[in-house]
Amino acid sequence: MTGQPLLSVEGVSVELPTPRGQLLAVDKVDLEVAAGRTLGVVGESGCGKTMLSRAILQLLPKKAALSGRIMFDGQDMTRLSPEALRRLRGPSLAVVFQNPMTSLNPVLTIGTQLIETLQAHMGMAAAAAAKRGVELLAAVGIPAPEQRLRQYPHQLSGGMRQRVAIAIALSCEPKLLIADEPTTALDVTVQAQILDLLAREQQRRHMAMILITHDLGVVAGRTDEVAVMYAGRVVERAPTTTLFSHMRMPYTAALLAAIPKLDSPPHTALPAIAGRPPDPTRPLQGCSFAPRCSHADDRCQRAKPPLGAADHIGSQYACWHPLQPAAMARA
Amino acid sequence: MAAAGNGKLLAVENLVVEYPVGSKTVYAVSDVSLHVDRGETLGLVGESGCGKSTLGRAVLQLRRPTAGTVTFDGTDLTKLEGEALRRMRRRLQLIFQDPIASLNPRRRIGDIVAEPLVITGVTDRDERDLRVRAVLTAVGLDPDLTMGRLPHEFSGGQCQRICIARALILEPELVICDEPVSALDVSIRAQILNLLEDMKRRYGLTLLFIAHDLAVVKAVSDRIAVMYLGRLCEVAPTEQLFARPAHPYTALLLDAIPVPDPSVRPAVNVPIGEPPSPIAPPSGCRFRTRCPRADQRCADHVPALREISPGQLAACHHPLGVAN
Repeated sequence: MTGQPLLSVEGVSVELPTPRGQLLAVDKVDLEVAAGRTLGVVGESGCGKTMLSRAILQLLPKKAALSGRIMFDGQDMTRLSPEALRRLRGPSLAVVFQNPMTSLNPVLTIGTQLIETLQAHMGMAAAAAAKRGVELLAAVGIPAPEQRLRQYPHQLSGGMRQRVAIAIALSCEPKLLIADEPTTALDVTVQAQILDLLAREQQRRHMAMILITHDLGVVAGRTDEVAVMYAGRVVERAPTTTLFSHMRMPYTAALLAAIPKLDSPPHTALPAIAGRPPDPTRPLQGCSFAPRCSHADDRCQRAKPPLGAADHIGSQYACWHPLQPAAMARA
Repeated sequence: MAAAGNGKLLAVENLVVEYPVGSKTVYAVSDVSLHVDRGETLGLVGESGCGKSTLGRAVLQLRRPTAGTVTFDGTDLTKLEGEALRRMRRRLQLIFQDPIASLNPRRRIGDIVAEPLVITGVTDRDERDLRVRAVLTAVGLDPDLTMGRLPHEFSGGQCQRICIARALILEPELVICDEPVSALDVSIRAQILNLLEDMKRRYGLTLLFIAHDLAVVKAVSDRIAVMYLGRLCEVAPTEQLFARPAHPYTALLLDAIPVPDPSVRPAVNVPIGEPPSPIAPPSGCRFRTRCPRADQRCADHVPALREISPGQLAACHHPLGVAN
């Protein structure tokens, strides 16, 4: 990490009211992303990864209560006016969502949506914006971009729509791109192309990126650092290669073990994680993973382990009984 | 392979499924032949729109094929209608992708799981109750805590267990699983895959396992069939397919799988482009528009599915690892 991080999330919590009581979606999360770096945020559904990204973007539901600080490029996002936020989103901070069909406006052409963004945020004239729009579509690998500008989202395939959404997100040269499950709705061959595209543009523009996904396979080859979330908290955080070589948190190891391996023979029983994540409206007193963890003891039930400071290999984990190298081989 | 070899339970021959969309025709399944041996799991993989789900439905006659035959235990299902078809269907069951959407939200779990018994005329309430309890226990649910509740009280993984219980209560011979774990989280997915394997052993099932995820398919299948745009590309024993893919599309699919290991460089040779529309499939080999090996012959002639090595069939003019 070099100097001041571009984004620093400091003690951020998000609470949502539900009919069953307050739901703690994000629980005191700390994260940093430096310029030009990629952070992977991994977790299963309901772990709070999307709420965290909404908090960073200041796009939380109205009833959500946010606490903590989100410093982006020297400003606290939580204290900015709606007008200041609007100026920030686009030119500085952009997002690509999971479903490109719902993030694009179905009644406007691709061109209108792309050109509108350029005019609104970059102050471009219509002709210049149209020319830039063609360049952007070509850059994200869309053939015949001039014709595509005149088409509507429904006339494009899922992969092409996601390319358009990426072109719009990149159009204002953002400093940070948040990609929230950008390939989950796509086929595997198209997923590989979109991930390659994001990685290429991220490097070319020296842009910071947060890649949110449920798939450890997606973050493995394409991020600098990974934060693993469980039940609203970051439970392990490490440089990507360290995370995979020295997993300390039993949850991360169990998550990796549960993925079918390409090199194991058919009909190999998978080490499944028993049970399921805790009810977020009924927070546990101890470690949230304890009820499913094979290493858990009394202490884990009683006291919540804090996310420790980084150890000598840059790894942070929230666990009373972190895995040791020998145990890691078994996990 | 391990459990196979007791003869064909299901044989699909020259199956064609086409249906109109406006004034055009969708060529969903084109001349597909495959079989599943008794006790075997055949994995069927392909990307969305390749026709794999349509094929599964055509086997059950939920969508009537345009041409071809579906022979189940010696009987051609395409010739059956009405009561004869319904009687035969008890021996074949289907499990869907979205477990929550496939359960009626207003009915209690006990009634949902008992429904197939009611339909097939098991009138004795006590017998139904006994069988529902047995099958719920088999899929890892406590009948006392389950039967009186409604689907919304359960998680996705539990709902999929309920769907599996409902599919198994008539003790079918063939179960078609259509993307049964794609809507589930990684930690739950492993539980359900293990459960399907257990149930297969316990009930002596034959499975047609449809999925887009090759790693998932590999975990459960004896043989794998790869589909692209309505046609079969390759059929091979699981380990052979992974070790020596013969069809360039199979190789592309294998390359595109994200591997959870940072020392494995992500594939960079995935060709730009996406599958063409099944409304206007390319002439000849349907994969040729994305294939690095394609030439004029691929545009002119549909490659036949032929044996490349023992047990391994591929439909390609220029298969990998074979001198032309």
